[in-house]
Amino acid sequence: MRDLFGVVILFSIYSFMTAALFMDLDAVDVAFTEAAVGAGVTTVLMLSCLRLTGRWERRPKHSPLLPLIVVATTGTALVYGTLDAPLLGDPNAPAHQHVAPRYIEQGPIEVGMPNMVTAVLASYRGYDTFGETVVIFTAGIAVLLLLGIQEGPHTRPGRTAIGDQIVLRVVVKLLIPLILLYGLYVQFHGDFGAGGGFQAGVIFATGFILYDLVFGEGDARLVVPPDWLPRLGALGVLIYGGVGLYSLFAGKPFLDYSALAHDPVHGQHLGVMLVEIGVGITVFSIILAIFYALAGRARRA
Amino acid sequence: MTLIDHLPVLAVIVPLLAAPLCVLIDRARPAWLIALAASWLSFGAAILLLLQVTQSGTISYHLGGWPPPWGIEYRIDLLSAYVLLIVTAIAAVVMVFAWHSVESEIPSERIARFYAALLLAFAGLAGITTTGDAFNVFVFLEISSLASYAIISMGRDRRALNAAFQYLMMGTIGATFILIGIGFLYMMTGTLNMQDLAALLPEVSDTRTVRAGFAFLTVGIGLKLALFPLHLWLPNAYAYAPSTVTAFLAATATKVAVYALLRVLLDVFGVEFSLQAMPLNLILMVLGLVGIVSASLVAVFQDDIKRMLAYSSVAQIGYMVLGIGLANTTGVTAAILHVFNHALMKGALFLALGAIAYRLGTATLRDFAGLGRRMPWTMAAIVIGGLSLIGVPPTAGFISKWYLVLGTLEQGLWPVTLLVLFGSLLALIYVWKLVEAAYFKPAPANAPAVAEAPLSMLIPVWLLVGANVYFGIHTDISVGVASQAATQLMGAGG
Repeated sequence: MRDLFGVVILFSIYSFMTAALFMDLDAVDVAFTEAAVGAGVTTVLMLSCLRLTGRWERRPKHSPLLPLIVVATTGTALVYGTLDAPLLGDPNAPAHQHVAPRYIEQGPIEVGMPNMVTAVLASYRGYDTFGETVVIFTAGIAVLLLLGIQEGPHTRPGRTAIGDQIVLRVVVKLLIPLILLYGLYVQFHGDFGAGGGFQAGVIFATGFILYDLVFGEGDARLVVPPDWLPRLGALGVLIYGGVGLYSLFAGKPFLDYSALAHDPVHGQHLGVMLVEIGVGITVFSIILAIFYALAGRARRA
Repeated sequence: MTLIDHLPVLAVIVPLLAAPLCVLIDRARPAWLIALAASWLSFGAAILLLLQVTQSGTISYHLGGWPPPWGIEYRIDLLSAYVLLIVTAIAAVVMVFAWHSVESEIPSERIARFYAALLLAFAGLAGITTTGDAFNVFVFLEISSLASYAIISMGRDRRALNAAFQYLMMGTIGATFILIGIGFLYMMTGTLNMQDLAALLPEVSDTRTVRAGFAFLTVGIGLKLALFPLHLWLPNAYAYAPSTVTAFLAATATKVAVYALLRVLLDVFGVEFSLQAMPLNLILMVLGLVGIVSASLVAVFQDDIKRMLAYSSVAQIGYMVLGIGLANTTGVTAAILHVFNHALMKGALFLALGAIAYRLGTATLRDFAGLGRRMPWTMAAIVIGGLSLIGVPPTAGFISKWYLVLGTLEQGLWPVTLLVLFGSLLALIYVWKLVEAAYFKPAPANAPAVAEAPLSMLIPVWLLVGANVYFGIHTDISVGVASQAATQLMGAGG
């Protein structure tokens, strides 16, 4: 398939199917992330990339044989590896027997939140999540190092790429508040239901990207100036790290949230909320920054 | 807990949190100062950690206050403290060198973000060496890899973009393989903590899932390691990256990959499974040898000196892998020792090349003509670094070659010994090409007037050169810790 537009759409469909699959496996949080990131924002980013590079892939110079062999070998190894693996859903599988029972039984008591995914992600393995936030931040820095956010005639206020679309404008105007509100809901409701900083940041960024697409680059930049974005991303990482440093200086290990309040469980709540805000800010600003960087580049003739 | 108890995590999060600070400030000079301070602080923490580990044994730090295997553990034993010391030392020295070099190679409005990315790459590598959690390794690998792709692509030559993209592809495949491997292990044991994995794996080691996980992990790390024949990304990446980046990555990134290989093979899976039940010792030995000979041969015919040294790096990785493949304590000692010594010599050589590139703009063999008179201090550094690369006493390079040769003889593999010596001979040839051009060829008549490199570059270069000589004579620190760490590793698996 040489039509990259088609490839991107297929990717998006694939992500939606995967999200459905995760849903089916009762991994609601993962499904949510896959739908928001994989199917949603990634598609937009890849399409804005295509706008810069062109829709059709050139015929590759090398023969497809070597990649095919590599892919086939990897696939075989994957199948081989699963032959002896415990059956899906087997309650006696090691994955359900070793560390999981404590997460399930003690999690609500020690960390004090009903959504145990959030408890594991933000508290038990909060340092990994800190690392993941830094990964997002690094990705943003990488894109900004390479592309930068450029300004040009098309980024002046009042210009749109798609022209004056009355119907779209009205619909989007109605949608954006709902999207932003939903983003906030997902951000602060992560303790109880599916969601958290990652998904919320993506949803929030989607609202701004939508505004950008319909009302024009320049108008969006008036709302959130490009200069702010890398700094906001850095701020989010620093909030997360700052919570860790606070517990460190309070004489507890890095990221031990029980240092944040007199009651350890209360401290856990506060800590998880703060780090999720950090995650949300970083994810939002970095995704918007990447979008600006791609959309702001003048298309080459 | 006092601040001393937090050293394991401080060594990593100081550079990690310094990176967003650089972005927040977004000015070149303060960003450099932050990067400099962060890397020296981290270096200080690493020194204290090594002292602490040698005196009172392995340190375990529970992140978030959750005990392992539920939470993430930072676990510093001799090997991690040793590799962490190398990584932080190189970072600290490179940061001193960086100011002039980066100023001349990177557009000024991007310098602050460049330092942020450099710090992230550094923090990622430091995180891999300190953590005791398999998934945490993956997270920090992602941080360091993403940041490395970005800083490699900042080279002045447009081909840097292609090189970075090639590295991105190979590196991403490597990282994915590592993740799949960890996933398989989790499936069979239900844990991500390395010590816990090591305890639980023997029970289930005779399953296809564990074997597949083992294969995925080894190949994935092999890609990151630039193990022959998975090294194709390395020469371009090193040749076109900015000088500072080449020096930093060449001296640290592949070393950390060697560390990861040692950790996974000998600690998590154990010697018995990795090197005896699986035929990996033979595979590693053969790949190491082919890597040594072929990459050294290619290096002899390179005109671009950065590229020549990059191929030489592939060969040096061959020596380390060969040491692991020998599967005896002396061999593993040689591998760990060479991680240390190679970081010193390649750090010194690439920094010296960076100084030449700063003055001349390029560093090809033609540029070297007559350079011995025009940049005497820089050239002298290259000569000593080159001697260490060949393995001439009394340099550090000699010590690691010595242990490697001992290891091969212990196994009675004298043809391997000969090949190792042949590799050194090839190194002699390509180093000689540099010396010949610099000292025995007159400078071309139209050569631009060149001054010696500024002091802020010469001092870091000579610090590393001095270390090359120092650790060639006083071996009790480098060899002592390396052999203790090797004994620990080999003993852990039986």
